[in-house]
Amino acid sequence: MTPGGAPSWSFGPADSKKIEEVLDTLLYESNARCALLVDRTGQLVVTVGEQPDFDSAAFASLTAADFSANDQLASLIGEEEFSSLFHQGRSESMYLADVGKRLILVVLFNKQTTLGLVRIKIRNAVSDLNKAFEEVFGRERGEARPLERDFVNEAEDEIDRLFRE
Amino acid sequence: MSMINYASREINCKIVYYGPGLGGKTTNLEYIFNKVAPNTRGKLISLATESERTLFFDFLPVDLGTIRGFKTRFHLYTVPGQVYYNASRKLILKGVDGVVFVADSQVERLDANIESMHNLYENLAEYGYDLRQIPFVIQYNKRDLPNVSPVEELDQHLNPDRVPSYEGVATTGVGVFDTLKAVAKLVIKSLG
Ligand SMILES: Nc1nc2c(ncn2[C@@H]2O[C@H](COP(=O)(O)OP(=O)(O)O)[C@@H](O)[C@H]2O)c(=O)[nH]1
Ligand SMILES: [Mg+2]
Repeated sequence: MTPGGAPSWSFGPADSKKIEEVLDTLLYESNARCALLVDRTGQLVVTVGEQPDFDSAAFASLTAADFSANDQLASLIGEEEFSSLFHQGRSESMYLADVGKRLILVVLFNKQTTLGLVRIKIRNAVSDLNKAFEEVFGRERGEARPLERDFVNEAEDEIDRLFRE
Repeated sequence: MSMINYASREINCKIVYYGPGLGGKTTNLEYIFNKVAPNTRGKLISLATESERTLFFDFLPVDLGTIRGFKTRFHLYTVPGQVYYNASRKLILKGVDGVVFVADSQVERLDANIESMHNLYENLAEYGYDLRQIPFVIQYNKRDLPNVSPVEELDQHLNPDRVPSYEGVATTGVGVFDTLKAVAKLVIKSLG
């Protein structure tokens, strides 16, 4: 987006289809409930499986924070990274895995399956996702120049409308 | 690094409120949370200590609605101001699209403002971002207090590039929306 060196990234329906296929397979094979992809800046990219009934924007931002905080912890104890994290609850658990340092795969599961199975299946999924995203991130920034000029004008009007006393 | 998702037709932009501890960043977000239409915003998430100081960040998503077919959303974050929380601060800056610097106008906080501004430059530089190239506005907050520096003096120390700046009283909302509108529009322009 800016010459400041902070490129936006984008992906289209074809990418999305590929990614959802990987996640569908993961859910099917692992018997987990739901999989979410979150980017490292805290934005939700995609959700597959049972639609979660929590606030997914908050969930995504906390996931990214969780992972980042753990990266820092890893480096403090001399590890390069913790490539995955596991949070165990009484009935619901979640497993988080790094995808190419840009995304985090979160899988929610319960007693219908086991940590061992989920972990193995996630490993496969991560490698497939890495392949899929290599393409997305390898793309020239210029190719994704999508927004019509009117977008800016309309967004500005909307900003004025929304942010007023 | 705003993410444009053509599959779900969504655009998310990240705006970070930065500045010295107790300058009023969290208060800005609380005001926004209370004043925008409830159906346009999500929960205000605060990772705070028991004494309500921001520990990791505050987070508030605000929906601009669907514009030209794209569901457009701002993610507002604050960082903890205390010097020793730099690791958290840096993490929050990852992928930032726009920055608001909330300065504490009180005379005795001038050094803290300057230090925080340097820290902002440094942390951005570590990600390869240059503040001069990023949508950036400044809010001179706490203008209601008696012991504040004149804006000219604050500009001199904190705003050499003369980016847009606003006087604020975040507790009553003065300048809060002006600040947000300004940075939001700069961010949107940078997408176009
Ligand atoms: N007088 C006055 N107090 C303010 C103003 N803005 C914030 N405060 C107070 O300053 C303190 C710190 O604010 P907070 O938003 O937590 O600061 P943060 O550390 O930057 O998040 C709180 O007690 C606020 O009520 C202001 O404009 N004027
Ligand atoms: Mg705070």
